[in-house]
Amino acid sequence: MTHPRFSTNPPDATTPSSAEAMLPVEQVAAVAPAALPRSAEAEILAQAQAGDHLAFAKLYSLHKRRIYSLCLRMVGNVSEAEDLTQEAFLQLHRKIATFRGDSAFSTWLHRLTINVVLMHLRKKDLTLISMDEAMEPAPEGNPGRSFGARDLTLSGSIDRLVLERAIGDLPAGYRLVFVLHDVEGYEHHEIAAMLECSIGNSKSQLHKARLKLRDALRAFPRQEERR
Amino acid sequence: MTEDPKTMTCEQFQAQLSELIGTGEIVADHPHLQSCPRCRALLADLQTIAEAARQLLPIVEPPDEVWEHIESAIKKEEASTDPHEEPK
Repeated sequence: MTHPRFSTNPPDATTPSSAEAMLPVEQVAAVAPAALPRSAEAEILAQAQAGDHLAFAKLYSLHKRRIYSLCLRMVGNVSEAEDLTQEAFLQLHRKIATFRGDSAFSTWLHRLTINVVLMHLRKKDLTLISMDEAMEPAPEGNPGRSFGARDLTLSGSIDRLVLERAIGDLPAGYRLVFVLHDVEGYEHHEIAAMLECSIGNSKSQLHKARLKLRDALRAFPRQEERR
Repeated sequence: MTEDPKTMTCEQFQAQLSELIGTGEIVADHPHLQSCPRCRALLADLQTIAEAARQLLPIVEPPDEVWEHIESAIKKEEASTDPHEEPK
């Protein structure tokens, strides 16, 4: 499985200062398809680094879905995800000239976005509080162990929308680790560094997140039957 | 104290499961699973969930307002740092 790798993100940026007007997003979407050859993206990137606003708009168009989806999954809230997407691209605009190509641009942007989200969560004290709370959840919130429960198993395939909804309903600490590990492909030592927690904590959070998702996914057909 | 893998209970096995999965070892070969369908089913479910998560795609499109706000904020930032701008 391919997954994003860490790259250091030099904090000092030179902001491009062109006063050239930007295109509305609909026009940007028209000129920049969702997938471009690597050389074409490199050219757009170089132009954006030189302060070309149209090129920056194209970069937005190319990466907006991935960045917005990442934010949405990490925070589980549409309004916050929109604000964080905006902040991530503003940070990108400030720092784009410092990107040196040590890693893929998408990886660099991905990591920049995660930093923006984590900074936001730390400001809200959500991460640390929820991580601690998640370690000792309320009794009714405990993810299900399976030594006394009814022996219901998931079918071979899981509906994507149901899974997305269940991820969104996870406690913040569980959700962060699950999204970073299982969806985004980071390793436990990388997550531990990002969240400033132990590797054991990351493993434990992930396991509890999966157990809680299992409970939610098994309950889903019964919830649907009651509707 | 470490439990004997062959005689451990479901509770003991599941208490170790996060560490077992996290090490990347092949948990399916664990002796407890050979005789425990319930824990085998649990493990299969967890693997199914992890596999489904890996296949989630970034398909959600942000609303157009997000770009409008970004564009507006960039213009403001540039106006405030433009060396040619008249001092207020």
